[in-house]
Amino acid sequence: MLQTLEVSPETIEREKHYREMGLSDQEYQSIVGILGRRPNFTETGIFSVMWSEHCSYKTSKPLLRKFPTEGQQVIQGPGEGAGIVDIGDGQAVAFKIESHNHPSAVEPYQGAATGVGGIIRDIFSMGARPIASLNSLRFGPLTTGRVKYLFDEVVHGIAGYGNCVGVPTVGGEIQFDACYEGNPLVNAMCVGLIDQKDIQKGIAAGLGNTVLYVGSKTGRDGIHGATFASEDLTEDSESKRSNVQVGDPFMEKLLIEACLEAIKSDALVGMQDMGAAGLTSSASEMASKAGMGMEMNLDLIPQREANMTAYEMMLSESQERMLLVVEKGREHEITSIFEKYQLEAVAVGQVTDDKQFRLLHQGKVVCDIPVDSLAEDAPVYNKPSQIPAYYEKFQAMPAYYPKVTNHGELLEQLLAQPTIASKEYVYDQYDSMVQANTVVAPGSDAAVVRIRGYDKAIAITTDCNARYIYLDPEMGGKIAVAEAARNIIASGAKPLALTDGLNFGNPDKPENFWQMEKSVEGMAAASLALNTPVISGNVSLYNESNGQSIFPTPIVGMVGLHQSTKDITTSHFKASGDVIILIGETKPEFGGSELQNLLEKQYYGKAPSIDLAIEQKHQNQLLSAIQKGLVKSAHDLSEGGLAVALAESLFSTKQLGADVQLTGDATTMLFSESQSRFLITVAPADKKRVLAEIEDAAPIGTVTETADLKITINDNMLISKPMTVLESRWKGAIPCLLKSKA
Amino acid sequence: MKFAVIVFPGSNCDRDMYYAAKDALGAEAELVWYQDSSLEGYDAILLPGGFSYGDYLRCGAIASTSEIVKSLHREADRGTPILGVCNGFQILLESGLLPGALLRNKGLKFLCHHEHLVVRNNQTLFTSEYEKGQMISIPIAHGEGNYFCDPTTLAQLKANNQIVFTYQNNPNGSVEDIAGIVNEKGNVLGMMPHPERATEAILGSEDGLNLFKSMLVNWRESYVTNA
Repeated sequence: MLQTLEVSPETIEREKHYREMGLSDQEYQSIVGILGRRPNFTETGIFSVMWSEHCSYKTSKPLLRKFPTEGQQVIQGPGEGAGIVDIGDGQAVAFKIESHNHPSAVEPYQGAATGVGGIIRDIFSMGARPIASLNSLRFGPLTTGRVKYLFDEVVHGIAGYGNCVGVPTVGGEIQFDACYEGNPLVNAMCVGLIDQKDIQKGIAAGLGNTVLYVGSKTGRDGIHGATFASEDLTEDSESKRSNVQVGDPFMEKLLIEACLEAIKSDALVGMQDMGAAGLTSSASEMASKAGMGMEMNLDLIPQREANMTAYEMMLSESQERMLLVVEKGREHEITSIFEKYQLEAVAVGQVTDDKQFRLLHQGKVVCDIPVDSLAEDAPVYNKPSQIPAYYEKFQAMPAYYPKVTNHGELLEQLLAQPTIASKEYVYDQYDSMVQANTVVAPGSDAAVVRIRGYDKAIAITTDCNARYIYLDPEMGGKIAVAEAARNIIASGAKPLALTDGLNFGNPDKPENFWQMEKSVEGMAAASLALNTPVISGNVSLYNESNGQSIFPTPIVGMVGLHQSTKDITTSHFKASGDVIILIGETKPEFGGSELQNLLEKQYYGKAPSIDLAIEQKHQNQLLSAIQKGLVKSAHDLSEGGLAVALAESLFSTKQLGADVQLTGDATTMLFSESQSRFLITVAPADKKRVLAEIEDAAPIGTVTETADLKITINDNMLISKPMTVLESRWKGAIPCLLKSKA
Repeated sequence: MKFAVIVFPGSNCDRDMYYAAKDALGAEAELVWYQDSSLEGYDAILLPGGFSYGDYLRCGAIASTSEIVKSLHREADRGTPILGVCNGFQILLESGLLPGALLRNKGLKFLCHHEHLVVRNNQTLFTSEYEKGQMISIPIAHGEGNYFCDPTTLAQLKANNQIVFTYQNNPNGSVEDIAGIVNEKGNVLGMMPHPERATEAILGSEDGLNLFKSMLVNWRESYVTNA
């Protein structure tokens, strides 16, 4: 357990207590250098959270610089609560993804719930009304009691918080692999809508202006959460359950409404949520960004528990709290709004011009440090990087090619693989429709939310195939971005920008750092090629349990714009007689495929390859065809390849089937995971035009009235299955796994 | 026609209800904060869904103790049409304006998807624009929508034709598949499914619009009769 008994500066140095807070000897010495004296207990704690990876990105900063962050559409790039892009008509959307992996590993319900709450606060702290949530989850195989418990409780937590707070959970993705067994990933993304004139920043400008504390009282929960998030998970992690915060979505709902009312007042100077490292990070970052200092009297902080120390207050990660800076003398204009919602709004300090971060508690100065040293002087590490032996081995292997005897049975098995199987069990528990703007709910390629009052909509997706990234980080990184963009395109929207949720193992291992480096380079290259700059993000390192790293999992959250709601396209086939067209070349690529997972229970060999120029061409040509009204359905090909995509396009169509004729190698045509491919349907009358407009497109069959999936290859009927059979395997898989005894 | 949409702390379908009345139906609508005690001057009152007071204690229990509920009782007595959806239904039950209670869904999970409802009674202020027996597709989104009442109450509901909507495929365990009931006088309707989410084709169903249209048509008729 961490000491909260306050020891003297001398003892901290002598007994190296700073190590328990996550600071290295070298970091401690540089703090002593900055201050010209030894830091006291509170100051040591403040440095330790602000210099943790979670807040300072000290390890990942050199990598993050590789991302393209600019573009005509970008209004706010990385550095604020969330990134913002232009969607026309004076409007914009703010979005960001954030991880809550470690809390969810030890207390899944609250870990996931507060992850949702935190990212929603990031969005409305910019002044945007949250209009959609998504989440990207990773678990171990659904075969042990522990994993089932984590899965069920994470989903309950997301539902419990998201449903109550009134932000629709419109999509996301869930994948299962053994590497996540001890360290699940819970990444939550939120999107908000804002008029550009209302955009807020988290700055503490204006000498003498008042610092206002708003929302829940501060308790002892979540102390040192940011540091906890920056360590490996071990068997001792259970003892850190008290590091996990508890969420109150009702309070958050009141805060949303009150803060969005407050931004309409010009008495408000700046606003930031108290996220990781709570009061410490919000206050010091706001002052630092404005080039000012701040003084706060901790006696005035609303406290939930008696006898809280300065250290505890500054490091608490109690939820549903915001810090506002308000023009001096106009406090009442803002506090009266919070009173309406029966929320606490207390003046706790003021903006100073000496660039110091000064805290008073019980008549004593308990912290007096240069504010920029917290936000800007954190060390930056260029970690050593080394190509892992496994990578060289995989690259040298002959291409993996699976032996398949019964293609029809294999398709059924693939559809029942948890990563591919229907996630209805999960999505059904989320309110995906509140706010009455959800046009495409979970289950298609991207979620679509219309913008009320305008003939336009936004498409949102989260994506990451970590298996490819494990096999080949650079190629896999490109694929992650390309696949997200493909989902956006298939829904009929133009990709605008992305947020990255980078989840990796311990960066101190050179092989892990190499994975980080290469996957970021791959993502950066694809972002540049597809004009989807990175406008916000989050880094979660040390995702290991008992020495075992997760697959590198940099999740891509992407947002696109439908220029008209007429362009909104779903993946489902629409009418019998429609022509089924496959866009893109299919090569024998099975490394990291779901088929390899099913047959070999492991991943090896080469990841599928991707050519970004071809990717871009397919995307542009398809979007243009959709915008001309020529495309009735569009689906991106991913895990499980063409056969799975065909089945998915027929689920929930009620009574439609498909008759498909292919030539070539059967296993490759059916199950390869080659990139840059789409499956679309068009009316027979439009077939010729579509084939002329989209290169690498070939008609492969027709939608039928009989609800069977029939696939003929080289004139042999290899698959002929009633859709009812396929659908019951696909829908039943996850509920069945959850019910079976561990 | 002017609708009031009452907003409690934690209501989250208040705007959806407001837009259904204002944009989809084309009537006047206003959001009324729960501390505004008067409901004078409105032709109909809408209690939206959400989680008033976070559903703490019991769904709708805390909201039912607020001042505005007294005005709601007065309006109910005067015959003003009152529609409570989801949490609004829960508040109507907790306030005693409708009989029965809502329990947790039988599967103990929150459920959100479209359900088929059957219009059992089209002789109400809220359903006259539907056909009797008509099947409509309306979304549900609730964790505690399992309607329960004792056998005597159930017999009364049936005898007075107070069961307005039933589920075609009961998702939550409600007694007799009940999805919505009206009071004896016929001017207070409570239902778990969300008609306000089914008022535009782009959202997947327009089947809820006739509920609001019914309110408008009946208001017009009463206006003509009273004038």
